[in-house]
This record gives sequence, structure tokens and C-alpha cells, in this order.
Amino acid sequence: MTASLTLVALMAVLFGAGVSIMLERSLTRVLIGFLLVGNSVNILIYLMSGAPGLAPLLGEGVDADEISDPLPQAFVLTAIVINLGITAFMLALIYRSWWLAQLGAEGDLVDDTADLTEDAEEAADLIRSSAADDQAIQDLIDASDEEPDEDLEEELELEASARDRDDEEGKP
Amino acid sequence: MTAVLVPLVVLLPLLGAASALILGRHRRAQMAVSLGVLSAVTVIAAVLLVAVDTTGPAVVYVGGWDAPWGITLVVDRLSAIMLVISAIMLLVVLVYSVGQGIADQHRETPVSIFHPSYLILSAGVFNAFIAGDLFNLYVGFEILLSASYVLLTLGGTGERIRAGVTYIIVSLVSSLFFLSAIALVYGATGTVNIAQLSVRLAELPDSVQLMLHLLLLIAFGIKAAVFPLSFWLPDSYPTAPAPVTAVFAGLLTKVGVYAIIRTETVMFVESDVTVLLMVVGALTMLIGILGALTQADIKRLLSFTLVSHIGYMIFGIALGSQLGYAATIYYVVHHITVQTTLFLTTGLIERFGGATSINRLAGLLKASPLLGVLFFIPALNLGGIPPFSGFLGKTGLFLAGAEGAADAPGTAWLIWVVIGVGALTSLITLYALTRFWNMAFWRGRSELEGYESVLLGSVLEAPEGATVTATRTTPVLMVVATSALVMLTICLTVFAGPMFDLTGRAAENLLDAGVYVSTVFPGGIR
Repeated sequence: MTASLTLVALMAVLFGAGVSIMLERSLTRVLIGFLLVGNSVNILIYLMSGAPGLAPLLGEGVDADEISDPLPQAFVLTAIVINLGITAFMLALIYRSWWLAQLGAEGDLVDDTADLTEDAEEAADLIRSSAADDQAIQDLIDASDEEPDEDLEEELELEASARDRDDEEGKP
Repeated sequence: MTAVLVPLVVLLPLLGAASALILGRHRRAQMAVSLGVLSAVTVIAAVLLVAVDTTGPAVVYVGGWDAPWGITLVVDRLSAIMLVISAIMLLVVLVYSVGQGIADQHRETPVSIFHPSYLILSAGVFNAFIAGDLFNLYVGFEILLSASYVLLTLGGTGERIRAGVTYIIVSLVSSLFFLSAIALVYGATGTVNIAQLSVRLAELPDSVQLMLHLLLLIAFGIKAAVFPLSFWLPDSYPTAPAPVTAVFAGLLTKVGVYAIIRTETVMFVESDVTVLLMVVGALTMLIGILGALTQADIKRLLSFTLVSHIGYMIFGIALGSQLGYAATIYYVVHHITVQTTLFLTTGLIERFGGATSINRLAGLLKASPLLGVLFFIPALNLGGIPPFSGFLGKTGLFLAGAEGAADAPGTAWLIWVVIGVGALTSLITLYALTRFWNMAFWRGRSELEGYESVLLGSVLEAPEGATVTATRTTPVLMVVATSALVMLTICLTVFAGPMFDLTGRAAENLLDAGVYVSTVFPGGIR
């Protein structure tokens, strides 16, 4: 059986790189490592078909000895499909674990259906409060431009008024 | 005639999964589909078992392509026995989970995803049992693993994601091992057909055989949770919903054991790793059960006993005699049933008592005598108390060991040591389970207040866990399913004679690899 040295080297490099990345703690890196090792195994399977030959189609004037071995190609194809499915699942899992890491234990309690309205309210609150903040900052800047001497008093006053405004809107 | 039925055991669950996915919004229709499909498969598997036992193995060449080129499906006695017992388990656990799903439809058990994944898992398990070539076996493993990833992380809570990540990464690594082994086997022999491999692998140099053999054993050993490749199991199984844990514990590890049996009997007839398997089997038993001793949580405790009892099967396989395989197959059937039953009972305990830790459970026997019976019988069974099937299986294995020791004076001492370890493991299992029994069932509620054992103080997992006194109602369907399984374990005892005869005949088929080869290649290998 003959094999291409380039492919052997490529397989070895992919395998080594994949294993070392897989040993990291981060899930995303584990996934990348898995992809590299998976592809290196695919190349290993492909290597087992021996020297490349004609396309594996038997027709007139084609000698069965001259064609490539089609079986490893079928294996590789199946393995690629399986890897694709697992990668998709892993990505979903990684996203989910990132989501839980962001929200902590609350992530578990977030309810899908009840949230749509809550989310909308939260977003509206955020826009309102940030508008108030922007206004306050703008006032501060304007004030400091006009009267450099009185800005401490002005600042306190403006902050207080901004707080009042917030209180009127029923926010903490 | 019966050959027509063979592909159906994979096809039906896959089609059922597709329909269940389409019917995602209609819970009742979905349940009807899953229950119908699994009942049908159970009937088909039973018919296959009878047919195969009376008229010989059934072979199907998928797509009409003959043996070395096409995909071959083979059902011999071992496959048929595994099909029947796993189909029954899957069906009963499905009934149990339907009962649970109807009772509480909360976030932790989203039923609409559960049914399709569960059916795909079944398809994978069945496919692995009837695969006649190594690559199809790999595909079967991948099908069941992909479905198991989904089931284990069902609901996507933080705890399950954490447990799932360990399981998924370990499984991925074992799949890569398996795939590499297939590539190398193909490179060395030019085939992946198991029957053809039986002949061609024997022609290879010993060192090459040994390497391929060990590579496959590592891949299957991770799946079967054989020491030292078992570390992942107790961490990942207990967090899943009770029915899922029950199926995983009962079936998934046994698929690995089945693959090891095939590797040893058909593929690597010449290559001998008896001593390695003996040592590994003994260590699996002992270290697994020592882990179980320190657990306060019944789910974790059972996961450790699961690992430990895989060792008995590895020991039986290592013996390699007719009696050894007969006892192993009987033990596999017994263990699938008992372990599944215990996990289902645990699910009931969790519902009824509100906890799974012995530090927070008490007075269950008084509160529910039925639950006591449902736990007590399988617990004694697992511990190997006569007359239950656990005792019969272990006796069979020890007899086979004694026979093996008489035949092979060279390794006799090793076999006796493993038998000793087996007996010890059995006793410790009994101790671990009776400890749980004493605490959770016999102890009065009044004794629980402020309880903290010297040994268990360090493994208290929930410091805020208050004394549990409130009990919830338990759905009838869950109790019925669990009771049915307890009855089945008793049937395994009552009908142990015919069962053992059957596994004996299966073992005879296994011992002669020529039977398998001539089944797949009726006209001899060209």
C-alpha cells in the first residue's frame, strides 16, 4: 500500500494540534480541537484507500484495479456528516453554557413565554433612563461651559433634579 | 421470512422519531406514536428471538449488496436476547416517563423534545445490536450518543450542562478512538465486515493484532465504563431526569459490553488479552464499589454500583468459556433489568420524599410500604441475595471461574483472586444498599432532626436542605411501570432455568466464530 507523505504529515500535525487544543478548559477550544482531530482521523481513513487512481466508476474500458478504493470515501463522508451534527449540537451547548455563565443561576429561571413582555418593558425602561442620563450629562456640560466657577453647586443641583425626575417616573 | 423483520427494529423508531417531531405540539399523539413504535419493536424482537433460537441466525443484506461490500445486518441469539431485553426496558421506561410527564409539565422535562430523542436513542441501540459490520456499529453508537447528548442536557439547566459537557467530551474522544481503529483495521485487512474480519484479522502479525485489539477495547471500554475509563459515569448520569438516567444506566453501558463480547468472540479469535481483562474486571468491581460506599446520594451511589458490576461481565468475558459467556449474557440481562428498576424506584423516592440524599430522607417505609417493596426487592437482587437473579448470575460466573481455574493451572490463582473480589464486591454492594435502606426507610422521622453522620459530614451536598416531611402524590403510571419491572426481575429468577439454557445456546454460537462467519457467508468467503 502506498500513501502520500504530505497527507501523513498533515494528519500528524492536525492530530497534534487538535489534541493540545482539546486539553484547554474553554469549551470553544475543545470544540475546535475536536474538529481538528476529527478531520485528522478522516484523513487517516482516506489514507487507507492507498494510492489514488481513477474515479471509482466502472464503465467501458475501465480496469477495476485502476480506480480508487471508494469505501474509505464513503466512510469519510459519513464521518463528516456525523461531525457536522455534533458540531452544531456543541455550538448550541456552548452558547447555552455561556448564557448560564452570564446570568448565573437566574438563567435557569428565565421563562421563555412570560419574558417577551418583560423584555419589552425592560428595554423601554433602559431607553427612558438612558435618555434621562444623557440629558443630565448634557446639562452638566452646558453648565460647565457657561459658568466655570459655580459648577460644583450646579452639578449637585442637576444630579438632584435628575434623581427627582427618575423618582417621578417610578424608578429606583 | 423473519429476515424481513430485522431492519424494522431500526426503521420503526427512526420513522417514529420523525413523526413525533412533527407532532411536537400534540402531546397525546406524540405519546401514542412512541408507545406504539416501541411496543411494535418489542413484539418484533420477541418474534425474532423465537425464530432465531429455533431456525438459526437471520441475515439481511441491505439494498441487495452481498456481504463484503454492502451493509450486513445479523441477528444471532445474543443479538436477539439483547434486542428483546432493551426493547422491554425502553418501553417500560417510556411508560414511566409518560406518567411523569403528564403529572408535571415543567421546564426540566420538555416532553416535545424528549420523545423524538428517546426514539432515536432506541434506534441507535437496536442498530448497534444488529450491526454486521464495524462501520455500521460505529454509526449505531453515534446515533445513540447524539440522542443521549440531547437527553442528558434536557432542559439545559446549569447543572445538566456541566454534567453533560464531561459526558459529551469523553464520548467524543471514545468515538474518535473507535473511528481511528476502524481506519486502521480497514487499512490492515481491507474490510470492515465483522465476519470477514474474523478470518482476515487472524492472518495478521500478532503485534498488529494486539494493537488493533487494544484500540477497539479502549473505545468500547470508555462506553462500557470499565476501570480506569469509568471516571466520567458517576459525574454525568445522576443529574439527568430519572427515566433518562434509568435508560442510560441500564442500556448504554451494556452496548459497550456487547461490543466487547463481539470483539473477543468473533473478531479477535487469535489475539488473547485474558489476563488484562481479568485484572481490569477485578479493579472495576472493587474501585467502583468503594466509590459507592462514600456516597450519601442514592443516585450517585447507584451510578457507582453500576460501574462496579460491569466488572462481573468483563470477568465472564475474560474467562472465554461456554459457561463463562452463558453466565455473562445472563448477568447482562439481569443487570439491565435491576439497574433500570433501581433508578426508576429512585425517581419515585425523589418524588415521594422530595430528596435523594440519605441525610434528608427518613420514615419512607411507614409512609409508603409499596415504595419499600419496590426498592427492597431489586436492592437485594443487586446485592446478590438468593434466590434472586443477581445471586444466580454471580453463581454462574463463579462456577465458570472455578471451571476455568481447573482448566488453566497457569492463571488459576488470578481467577480465584477475581472470584474473591467478586464475592467481596457483592457484600459491599449489599452493605451500601442496606445502609440507604436503614436510613431512608427504617429510620423514624423523629430521628432525622439535626442528624449528621461523622463519615458523611464531608459529603453533605446541600447545607440548606431542610428536613423533608411533606410528601407529594405519585402518578399511578409511574408506580405501575416500576412494579412491572420488579415483576420482571422476579421472572428472571423464576424462569432462570430456561433463561440459562437460552444464554447457554447463545454462548455456544459465540464460542465458534465459524458459525457467525458461515451465517454471513453461506457459500464461504470468496
